[in-house]
Amino acid sequence: MQAFTSHKGTVAPLDRVNVDTDQIIPKQYLKSIKRTGFGDYLFDGWRFHDEGDIGITPNERDINHNFVLNKPAYQGASVLLARDNFGCGSSREHAVWALQEFGFRAVIAPSFADIFYGNCFKNGLLPIVLKEESIEKLFAEVGAGYELSIDLAAQQVVAADGAVYSFDIDAGLKEKMLNGMDDIAMTLAEKELIDTFETSHKQAQPWLFMRDQV
Amino acid sequence: MAGKTLYDKVWDAHFVGRRQDGNSLIYIDLQLLHEVTSPQAFEGLTLNKRPLWRVGANLATPDHNVPTDQRALGLQGITDTVALEQVITLDKNCKAFGVEQFDILDRRQGIVHVVGPEQGATMPGMTIVCGDSHTSTHGAFAALAQGVGTSEVEHVMATQCLVQNKARNFAVVVDGEMAPGVYAKDIILAIIGRLGTAGATGHTLEYMGSTIRNLSMEGRMTLCNMSIEAGARAGMVAVDDTTIDYIRGRPFAPEGALWQQAEQYWRSLVSDADAEFDRSLELDAASISPQITWGTSPEQVAGVGERIPDPDQFDDPVQKEAAQHALKYMDVTPGTPITDIQLDRVFIGSCTNARIEDLRAAAAVVRGKKVAANVKQVLVVPGSGLVKAQAEAEGLAQIFVDAGMQWRDAGCSMCLAMNPDKLGPGEHCASTSNRNFEGRQGHAGRTHLVSPATAAAAAIAGHFVDVREWL
Repeated sequence: MQAFTSHKGTVAPLDRVNVDTDQIIPKQYLKSIKRTGFGDYLFDGWRFHDEGDIGITPNERDINHNFVLNKPAYQGASVLLARDNFGCGSSREHAVWALQEFGFRAVIAPSFADIFYGNCFKNGLLPIVLKEESIEKLFAEVGAGYELSIDLAAQQVVAADGAVYSFDIDAGLKEKMLNGMDDIAMTLAEKELIDTFETSHKQAQPWLFMRDQV
Repeated sequence: MAGKTLYDKVWDAHFVGRRQDGNSLIYIDLQLLHEVTSPQAFEGLTLNKRPLWRVGANLATPDHNVPTDQRALGLQGITDTVALEQVITLDKNCKAFGVEQFDILDRRQGIVHVVGPEQGATMPGMTIVCGDSHTSTHGAFAALAQGVGTSEVEHVMATQCLVQNKARNFAVVVDGEMAPGVYAKDIILAIIGRLGTAGATGHTLEYMGSTIRNLSMEGRMTLCNMSIEAGARAGMVAVDDTTIDYIRGRPFAPEGALWQQAEQYWRSLVSDADAEFDRSLELDAASISPQITWGTSPEQVAGVGERIPDPDQFDDPVQKEAAQHALKYMDVTPGTPITDIQLDRVFIGSCTNARIEDLRAAAAVVRGKKVAANVKQVLVVPGSGLVKAQAEAEGLAQIFVDAGMQWRDAGCSMCLAMNPDKLGPGEHCASTSNRNFEGRQGHAGRTHLVSPATAAAAAIAGHFVDVREWL
């Protein structure tokens, strides 16, 4: 997994509540068996007027120039400023892969949907929860060339004018993100713990292990 | 000290311990797999030379992008080459790793969340994951069932554990008697309307009260299925006779002495009388009318007798803008009766509403009637091959066909339109599925979420009607 320590980048505002993962990456792209190739189709239904499919490149598409990510001011943006309940709906991790591949390193919102939030930490995309009033202030300030600096260790977002926005994050998740650790390796390091649990679990509820003999 | 909730009990029974970084590990009893969210996970195992921790804890079936017609053709019936590769990849992975799969030609194939309970693979007190947010369905059996991302699918494959912090407890209490024509789908849509799509984020819901006790397992599954649409990763219902009776005799259920032992434990899977919940919501079932969504989020819902809301009635500017945006996308007019909405297509199916009871409710409305002239297509898609066979044996399929509806093979179908079943741009659809997001059922399509009975009545009338008046 890609580590996240600090990042400075251009901010793009997405002024909508309840942005669901179907909008972030529509279903036709989930037919792929790969982890890559989703960036071109990020927010597909909003970035383009026509219906796309795997293999159709952006330069063959009918671009919606009114959509924020298509505006010249926000080209190259790497921080997405969003509204409440970002990433709701489907559990598709492809949503995180698409955001990252498009160039985003962090998403700032007042709240995130649970599954999406967890998926971010498996991939090195940093979801930052800021207070509603801070979000309002950022939406009011954001424009062409607006940048934010993010320091995960300090748990701070800093604007160009020096304004500092502090954020909370679970200590375990933060540690994992800072070091880009392999989650599975970390759990397998506890093999004895799992083995011990499994043995007693099998004794308590043997019917759960019936299919092991198949 | 306060007693334990049902969620507390299942969590405690699966708590493995803490990793060095302080994160909790919980043990997972069953992982359901399908073609869409598993290939990258299997690939990860292969690349890192990791085996499955417990082969017997996995069960697979293709559902998301299988075609729902000409099933006898099997893989040859999949004309989309990219989709075909995905289904073949599931086949290959299951063979390589030894995972039991109900493949495209198996009569037990179907939507994972219909298949698991139908086989008795879903049991009370289990922890279940699947790379699909509607895994919450299995909570109807007092299981802790959660949707996970593909990295978590791989993590559970390799370690049999999930890294997770415990959620808070949220009681949803529904009492009273539902009117004929009102179903579990209407209850859950009414709950989501009250809570909002983020209302239960960070919580596990437990549905309780006399109305829930009187629901069948099919109804409870519909309820738990849409917990995620209120932001909750899991929803649960306590064990009672209805639960036990449903599981007894199913292919994967224990038998004999093991059954006795299991049943005794399962009956303890209820919240203690003195358990404390962090939050609660109470609803009177008698006050709930058939529900219809008018917008692009499941929370944008109204009763059948209501009118499309005016965005100005929302105080919060962000909500107001969301409503304006949704009304424009849906092309519906504020102040007009919701029953005025004319329909182009109707979809009866999905992990929310494709079980035998759902098909019976729809058939009862359709019997002896014909689909309205303005409705181009009505798809009736059973949740599994076994549901299909049962519906045919009961004569339900013939009722649908006689009315001019299309009787299909099992799969997710037009719920998410990954297969050829989809809406055309601008079309309005009465759908028994779970999400009315923009483009969910097809590019620029417009979805209205309803119960199977309301969908069936809408197919006959050509627009929404109050199905209570038809029964």
